[in-house]
Amino acid sequence: MSTAKDVTDASFRADVLDSEKLVLVDFWAEWCGPCRAVSPILDQIAAEHSDKIELVKVNVDDNMQIAAKYQITSIPAMKLFKGGVVVKSVIGAKPKPALEADFAEWLK
Amino acid sequence: MKLRQTIIIGSGPAGYTAAIYAARANLRPLLIASSVEAGGELMKTTEVENYPGFPEGIMGPDLMAAFQAQAERFGTEIVLDDVTSLDLSGDVKTVTLGNGDVHQALSVIFATGSAYRKLGLDDEERLSGHGVSWCATCDGFFFRKKTIAVVGGGDSAMEEANFLTKFADKVYVIHRSDSLRASKTMQDRSFENPKIEFLFNQTVEHIYGDTAVTGIGLRNTVDGSESTLDLSGLFIAIGADPRTHLVHGMLDFTAEGTIAVEGRSSRTSLAGVFAAGDVLDPTYRQAVTAAGSGTVAALDAEHYLASLPKGLLAKATADPEPAKVSA
Repeated sequence: MSTAKDVTDASFRADVLDSEKLVLVDFWAEWCGPCRAVSPILDQIAAEHSDKIELVKVNVDDNMQIAAKYQITSIPAMKLFKGGVVVKSVIGAKPKPALEADFAEWLK
Repeated sequence: MKLRQTIIIGSGPAGYTAAIYAARANLRPLLIASSVEAGGELMKTTEVENYPGFPEGIMGPDLMAAFQAQAERFGTEIVLDDVTSLDLSGDVKTVTLGNGDVHQALSVIFATGSAYRKLGLDDEERLSGHGVSWCATCDGFFFRKKTIAVVGGGDSAMEEANFLTKFADKVYVIHRSDSLRASKTMQDRSFENPKIEFLFNQTVEHIYGDTAVTGIGLRNTVDGSESTLDLSGLFIAIGADPRTHLVHGMLDFTAEGTIAVEGRSSRTSLAGVFAAGDVLDPTYRQAVTAAGSGTVAALDAEHYLASLPKGLLAKATADPEPAKVSA
């Protein structure tokens, strides 16, 4: 089970948009197999770069407003926020090296 | 480096069944399951109604969890990583993983399944995840009260279309001919579903939308006429191709693009390399046929290992290191 913080429609502003840090938001759901597969990989990437990024999770079942606002139509969807703005989006479960390459610019 | 008796690549019904048989034959298999697709295609399905032994049906992910548990019960070691390269030529086969680990074995069972076919349209990749999808169970949720379409005429297209009617108001099924490949049961279920409308003899020629899918362009395969359809989701289920890029140039292939094997066996063109499941099956591609194929591969591998010089085999049958599971 991931130790990443669960963010909700109500806490999204404070936890993500107003955060001082780079925040990687994992939009997921219980019924999504690829989400479960990629979750431990995101945990690893976040743990290895904890000085740079914070990983949080948005359960789309429970937080449909945020999912709709960011036009999520496929999960897992991973969005990296900097200063309240999405700087990188990745859709779909990928192996760790592929995700590291996608986010390389922000993990250095 | 430790030399193993067998390494199985793939974690669908073929890979796990090969593992169950190989483990029970005391071959102490290592199974490379992939990092994000462990369990294979059935992980993306819902109810599986045609796997024998489950008269009430079973959820795809539950079935694969059971396959995995059964393989592990007999000592299969499972690694959640992806194979990046293979050297299959000599007596000792070398398998390199995404995390850099290198494993060696006297035999390899290759069971990597198949990958979804794409339509091959310009905007397909760009709008993938923005309305274009290959996974109804993953993405259907986001199309509540929307109009969407499924492309394809096989069982998986029918299953997706029916599943998607839980969410969408309207599901078109677009098929290039006027007859479906799907089983009678699935056809009947789809024809009876009031939310599903069939568009026969149509191919998708365009996908429209700037940031998300807004519609598609269709062409009638009989009279060539073109039309457009407004919708917000396009689910593509037009079949799959064997996932064999890792062994291109190493093994012989059939005209259909599957791995060539000797007769009814799993023996490929390289000694000690066995194929199982969709990679050698251009025709049936069912969970249960893949499982049967995995059995054949494990038995063939066992027979092959028994035929090797005693000295070589002895190197691979020494006590294993403690099992480690890397993520």
